[in-house]
Amino acid sequence: MKPIEINKVQEKLENYVNKDVYVHLETTNGAYASHVNKNAYNVGAYIRNAKVTFKQAKIVGSENVYRVGLKMEMGWIYAEGLTDYTMHEDTKLLLAGHDREGRLMVSLQISETPFNY
Amino acid sequence: MEKHVVVIYPHPDDESFGAAGTIAQFRTQGVSVTYLCGTLGEMGRNMGNPPFANRETLPEIRKQELIEACKVLDMELSMLGYRDKTLEYEDRQEVAMHLKSILDEMEPSLVITHYPGYAVHPDHNALGAAAIEAVKLMEPGKRPTVWAQAFSNNFKEALGQPDINNDISDQIDKKIEAIFCHDSQAGGVISQRNKTENNKIDLKAEAQKQMGQEQFYTWDFNS
Repeated sequence: MKPIEINKVQEKLENYVNKDVYVHLETTNGAYASHVNKNAYNVGAYIRNAKVTFKQAKIVGSENVYRVGLKMEMGWIYAEGLTDYTMHEDTKLLLAGHDREGRLMVSLQISETPFNY
Repeated sequence: MEKHVVVIYPHPDDESFGAAGTIAQFRTQGVSVTYLCGTLGEMGRNMGNPPFANRETLPEIRKQELIEACKVLDMELSMLGYRDKTLEYEDRQEVAMHLKSILDEMEPSLVITHYPGYAVHPDHNALGAAAIEAVKLMEPGKRPTVWAQAFSNNFKEALGQPDINNDISDQIDKKIEAIFCHDSQAGGVISQRNKTENNKIDLKAEAQKQMGQEQFYTWDFNS
């Protein structure tokens, strides 16, 4: 992946507007968070291949950390802390936020075809 | 002497961090070893540092790392095809029957797995429980010995001292070589254990310090 270029990602997002798309949305601090630090909590959530349609999409942010909001007919999809992006197999937009050691903390991925499951 | 050892863990790299020294010792004795690896670690958050994997490329990268590590340890590999972080939601009995069908065919003399409830990661606990259930389902005369590995912070208070304490210092180089086959994971895992950032420590020296011994509890099927 490479650092997010906001204009390019905005353009990619707009390619998925008003289409049936599959979304992978995830956040995690790992299964060992409370094992290595008693004061930490293990927190994570993911949804893979949620089939949705959004009518607006916007990336916002500064200093290399970004947020994305997708407006659907009945609700929103949101991700914060995104730092990097890539086009996977040319058609799937992958956005992710990594910590300073390269660990994934959050990801938002959009595709017109399902992600492997 | 053991005849055939089967290692059952859920993730690519569990075998290297958990039991590589023990596996290497068995191989030097000429004992065959097979790794039944539950998942491909698809949901891992370590992507290399700097990251070279992403959520979609990670499974294939970890699969190749796993194949390399098994080559280094000179053991057979069978991938079970479950998905990372989901093992505890599978039907326990179904997973146990799946494992039993493999064990019935392989007839190992020893099974190495995680100690259910004391192995930190939910996948470790779930697959360990299924592995022990699989052996329980076998006729008592045909059951292999089971070594269960615990490493939760409270494991010694709860379970007492492990009865198997393998000094693996003679195989530490092999173990480190196996660990570093898992290029996407090794740095992140070692530095997290050390609670430092992984570009600030000598990872190999740290691994040597952490990993001179591998401990297991012999499972008691009579209690």
